[in-house]
Amino acid sequence: MKIHEYQAKALLSEFGIPVPKGAVATTPAEAKRIAAELGGKVAIKAQVYAGGRGKAGGIKVANTPDEAEKLAGQIIGTRLVTHQTAPEGVPVSNVLVEKAVSVQRELYLSIIIDTASRMPVMMASEAGGMDIEEVARVSPEKILKVYIDPAVGFQAFQGRKLAYGMNLSPIQIRPATSLMANLHKLFQAKDCSLAEINPLVVTADGEILALDAKLSFDDNALFRHTDIERLHDVEQEDPLEVKANELGVKNYIKMDGNIGCMVNGAGLAMAVMDLITQAGGRPANFLDIGTVNNTDRVVAAFKVFTTDPSVKAILVNIFGGITRVDVIAQGVVEAHKQMDIRLPLVVRLAGTNVDEGKRILAQSKIKFIEATNFYDAARKAVAAAKGERN
Amino acid sequence: MSILIDKKTRLLVQGITGGEGSFHTQRCIEYGTRVVAGVTPGKGGSETLGVPVFNTVEAAVEETGTNASLIFVPAAFAADAILEAADAGIPLVVCITEGIPILDMVMVHNYLKDKSTRLIGPNCPGLISPGKCKAGLMAGEIHLPGNVGVVSRSGTLTYETVAQLTSLGIGQSTCVGIGGDPLPGSTFVDILELFQKDKDTRAIVLIGEIGGTAEQEAAKFIKEKMTKPVVAFVAGATAPPGRRMGHAGAIISGSSGRAQDKIAALAAAGATIAPSPAEIGTTMKKMLEAQS
Repeated sequence: MKIHEYQAKALLSEFGIPVPKGAVATTPAEAKRIAAELGGKVAIKAQVYAGGRGKAGGIKVANTPDEAEKLAGQIIGTRLVTHQTAPEGVPVSNVLVEKAVSVQRELYLSIIIDTASRMPVMMASEAGGMDIEEVARVSPEKILKVYIDPAVGFQAFQGRKLAYGMNLSPIQIRPATSLMANLHKLFQAKDCSLAEINPLVVTADGEILALDAKLSFDDNALFRHTDIERLHDVEQEDPLEVKANELGVKNYIKMDGNIGCMVNGAGLAMAVMDLITQAGGRPANFLDIGTVNNTDRVVAAFKVFTTDPSVKAILVNIFGGITRVDVIAQGVVEAHKQMDIRLPLVVRLAGTNVDEGKRILAQSKIKFIEATNFYDAARKAVAAAKGERN
Repeated sequence: MSILIDKKTRLLVQGITGGEGSFHTQRCIEYGTRVVAGVTPGKGGSETLGVPVFNTVEAAVEETGTNASLIFVPAAFAADAILEAADAGIPLVVCITEGIPILDMVMVHNYLKDKSTRLIGPNCPGLISPGKCKAGLMAGEIHLPGNVGVVSRSGTLTYETVAQLTSLGIGQSTCVGIGGDPLPGSTFVDILELFQKDKDTRAIVLIGEIGGTAEQEAAKFIKEKMTKPVVAFVAGATAPPGRRMGHAGAIISGSSGRAQDKIAALAAAGATIAPSPAEIGTTMKKMLEAQS
């Protein structure tokens, strides 16, 4: 789960990491008031989850409170389109108004789980800023890494290694090392999946602070961080994905095709999407229905399909294992009882309790197209979505 | 032969009295697996499905000589269950549970470093040596004893693959679902190594998916160490580009998470690539025919 920059900075602050002075504004008037309180030049930063804000015009600099009001007015309430968003962009409801900082150096600092070593890795570079990925690709030696042993945690010598490695001046080594230790504390305490400060800046006064920050959290660990879960801003996400999530359908990703897919297992769901594409169609979504123990989630998935105007056919492909096919079949029947579903339905069932599942569907009055294997299912769904009879 | 589990396996089920635990234990027993013990704290001394239940894994090991554990414990407590099994010296631990926090798994891996326990999963369907032993969720009846090893990151796509193989008369030595989590207990390389050593495994099917670098590591191992032929498929060629995690994810893995990069690496290592998920079985059949 992602959070906004202003929320990330509040967390950094709580963990003793210096950030620029500033506050969040939801109206231009508020932006003006904050700018006046801060005094001098301020940065107005659109609060969106997507990256690439700077290049997309989501960050502006104001010299006076009046200018801050004017510029905030140009950002708040609009939609920001960056290279990471859908073409329609994402809504901007808030701006962060921050005291402008005179930057001497732009560094990079992050923590992520390294899957090869199976432990957190802290990465640092003196080539921070917008082109850090290019730096990593062209001159990987400029990215310094230390691996954090879970038994002993982050150590001061590791901090010194990175700090000296970034050519910080002697007086900056200690604050930089403590900043790194604090970032690791935050990463660990809040179950982050990513903690990234880019750029980490050295100001003209020699102070080190987090000019921008990105924090993401492990969805699997949110059960023990209700404070973080509350920060979730659903406006930043696809409305159908939000609806699916509210209905308890977790692994749903909206796509641009017209075949609503319900599959169990992420790998199989992707394979079914590959087959639909090979058969000349396009999936309307990715959906791993997951482990189904009752009919609720199946009914919920049908609700999402019927809400999505682009869906022209529904494909249910289930290979039961931990998920029982009979429960899925009951769910399909229940969905058709609760809703008037007129979309063509292609069903392919196999695995745990398949005979019972097929019997349940056969005895219901639901019209559906039966498929014998998953390629057959994809082919029939593509034909059905085109309005062809199978 | 087979790898990891066979007729000598004496299975323990942690979380045996839960809904999923008891349903799948029953099906493992029906398949012929020797389930010798269950563990549910607080229910020690009772019996379920004809299996004695213990409060601790240690007690189960002492009383029954169990040598493999299958875990159905809820995500918040699953890491603890893995550690308990490893502490009791169980050599094979299969964790079915999905949704375990990744930092819990970091701790588990650190603990397992100095232990002899092999972990399969989490977030996996388990494994089966057809005709001998099933320690997992897969429908036993779709399998056929034979000489093809299957290793996969995806549970249900493994079932599809096995169903294709069986319908073509190609039996399996062992099918291992290593699970879809970013930090699996056993990797492709770990399982390929076991298949390479196993006398009764002639060929291997490897099923990967987008994300991470596990397929590239497998490709390197195939190229350098394997003499047995491998058929590979990577799911997700048409999946939406992954949701990006800042710059750090890209710095760590570059573009290696994409299906086409994984397929290219496996093909370059000498694996035969199945052109579609519906053709994994026929690709293996052609390869076996060409060999004999």
